[in-house]
Amino acid sequence: MKILIKNGYLVDPKNKLDEPMDLLIEDGRVKKVSKKITEKADQEIDAKGKIVCPGLIDIHVHLRQPGYEYKETIETGLRAALKGGITGVCPMANTNPVADSRSDMEFMIGESKRVNLVNLWPVGAVTLRQEGKELTEFGELKKGGAIALSDDGQPITDSNILRRALSYAKKFGLPILAHCQDEALFCGGCMHEGFVSTKLGLPGIPVEAESVEVARDIQLADLTGGQLHFCHISGRKSLDLIRQAKAQGSKVTAETCPHYFHLTDESVLHYNTNAKMNPPLRTVEDVAAVKKALKDGTIDVIATDHAPHAESEKDTEFDQAPFGVIGLETSLPLSLRLVEEKVLTMTQVIEKMSLNPACVLKIDRGHLSEGAVADVTIFDPHKEWVVEKDKLQSKSKNSPFLGWKMKGQVTDVWVAGRHILNNGVIASER
Amino acid sequence: MRENPKRHPEVAAATEGSQERDSSATVSPQNDGKVRWIRKDLLSLEELSKEEIELILKTAESFKEISTRDVKKVPALRGKTVANLFFEPSTRTRTSFEVAAKRLSADIINFSSAGSSTSKGESLTDTAKNIEAMNVDTIVMRHPSSGSAEYLARSIRAGVINAGDGIHEHPTQGLLDIFTMRERKKKIEGLKVCLVGDILHSRVARSNIWGLTKLGAKVRVCGPPTLIPAKIEELGVEVFYDVDEAVKDQDVLNILRIQLERQKGAFFPSIREYAAEYGISVERMKKAKKDVIIMHPGPINRGVELAAEVADGAQSVILEQVTNGVAVRMAVLFHTTMVER
Repeated sequence: MKILIKNGYLVDPKNKLDEPMDLLIEDGRVKKVSKKITEKADQEIDAKGKIVCPGLIDIHVHLRQPGYEYKETIETGLRAALKGGITGVCPMANTNPVADSRSDMEFMIGESKRVNLVNLWPVGAVTLRQEGKELTEFGELKKGGAIALSDDGQPITDSNILRRALSYAKKFGLPILAHCQDEALFCGGCMHEGFVSTKLGLPGIPVEAESVEVARDIQLADLTGGQLHFCHISGRKSLDLIRQAKAQGSKVTAETCPHYFHLTDESVLHYNTNAKMNPPLRTVEDVAAVKKALKDGTIDVIATDHAPHAESEKDTEFDQAPFGVIGLETSLPLSLRLVEEKVLTMTQVIEKMSLNPACVLKIDRGHLSEGAVADVTIFDPHKEWVVEKDKLQSKSKNSPFLGWKMKGQVTDVWVAGRHILNNGVIASER
Repeated sequence: MRENPKRHPEVAAATEGSQERDSSATVSPQNDGKVRWIRKDLLSLEELSKEEIELILKTAESFKEISTRDVKKVPALRGKTVANLFFEPSTRTRTSFEVAAKRLSADIINFSSAGSSTSKGESLTDTAKNIEAMNVDTIVMRHPSSGSAEYLARSIRAGVINAGDGIHEHPTQGLLDIFTMRERKKKIEGLKVCLVGDILHSRVARSNIWGLTKLGAKVRVCGPPTLIPAKIEELGVEVFYDVDEAVKDQDVLNILRIQLERQKGAFFPSIREYAAEYGISVERMKKAKKDVIIMHPGPINRGVELAAEVADGAQSVILEQVTNGVAVRMAVLFHTTMVER
């Protein structure tokens, strides 16, 4: 089976391509990238006016299955990813039961194979039941398909446990994705601590609740030589620490999410539970710092921290509502705004959403070199659309961007050469 | 007897004891340049304009007289139903609303429930919708979650009066404090008011700050640095850690209740030290102006934030606050319940 994508504008950061190019896929792999391909193909796609890029990879999602299927299932989550142009997701381990065993990894992968849309690379828990006390069997988890380890949702409070985990994980080449939160400083807070929290009378989470733990984790990464990746960085102080650490040779990497570069704690006004997530939305200074860190490379990856919650859970008193927002279907257009704002180039956006997460996960994806697995995303960068509840694939609708006008829409997606999103329509629906 | 101030015509009709409430009582004076009350809810003092606050104070002045009558009842809210929905223990606020509603001839029913609605297993909206289904006009709610009143007001048609939501606001307390200050000091503009105590966890402090600053008072807050919330000065107040400094030249000291359990959160080491550093003692009163008035939202921890001698002393207006609370709540119930919806 040969597929020829013609007349598109190809962005492939790894191969430094940022120009009009044709792309030929054969038997699930990239066969050829060239200015003009005239070869006969079984299927030809005209991508004129569109951008062709490596399939996006979201290193940080919550798919809620097993245990919380009323919020999201692997199937609805993968459909949402597909609509967002994401060809691979890493679901976190805070399911019920916690994904801390080999069979949990196998279950998730099995379910994703049944759904048969985009890739699912599961993240195993670092500690049993994410209790921060005993390590999980990293070797078994890896055999089951774990691509990384994380207790995301919970910080690993015990420094010695994290030290051992970083060290032991080296044997298996597994990165540890760190949710940085000093529990004592967090102190039951439910939004950023500042003027808005004072006004609303909501218990605040100081920006230092994140940065204090970032500082510790950098030192533990240096101590052990283990691979540490920082999840969802929100605060300027954390970013200063990570920048400094990288300059001094630390091997740490970091991610942020679109809400941290588009929204501030003002979004919480009127007790908007769709603006409640952890870490919380911070100030304009923090938003500026996140953008600066994206630009100078301190932040390597844009992820979503897609965290679905049922409407009934969010429709409640602010302090009772769970933390988290969905993001799979809006992350690309929200990131493309950074191109318009001249924070990032188109290549840098694609790099932070495909190549860089692949590098953190140490998988051979995120590029369109000859012979690479043909995970490909095509989007129309000019197409405008509005985020509407009814049109979201995700089972939950807890987006802070409902009603926002987006620019940039994914039209086609191939996973290993399978055309699973065709002109905006999911293959199984055709 | 206090001279009756110029009365709002709407209220004038309402305070006539014998008169049946007719349609004239609900006609608002839209063309005399006066502000018209349009809210079904009272959620905060932050949301009110200076004029709206003054309207309530003015109505309260008229209503205050009713409580001095032999027959303490007018038919202003006859046929209306008010529900007290209290998710936190409270005696004085609940009772004050109950008395206020009864003096206006409203029917009032009490619902109380310990803990948050979720701990009860029923959502707050469900609880409130059930009450609303009994055709209640106005719900007076106290709830431990900040923002719960605004949340509820969005979810139901009935009016919502916030009787304290978490550590956010307690607007009727703010209004009765301001009412008392104005009654005693004749004006709010330029008045120097110092709030002393746990500002961080105080809904009373937030409502006082919003209301007083809107009316032109100069507000100070004073407490241990651990109990001063972030960026509070952006609300237009001055921050003091030293109470002896803070009380100087002040016209009003509004002393907040210290929650004894705050000690556990390491906000201060002991009640003993709190009393020594921040308690308003007879000694400390000597540093204040001679005509300073002492306020407290109650209940008082005697000998902790306020010495018994000061609480019961000549400068204390604490019981006047309680009396005025009824008048202010009558005014709030009247305006919110009678609004067209």
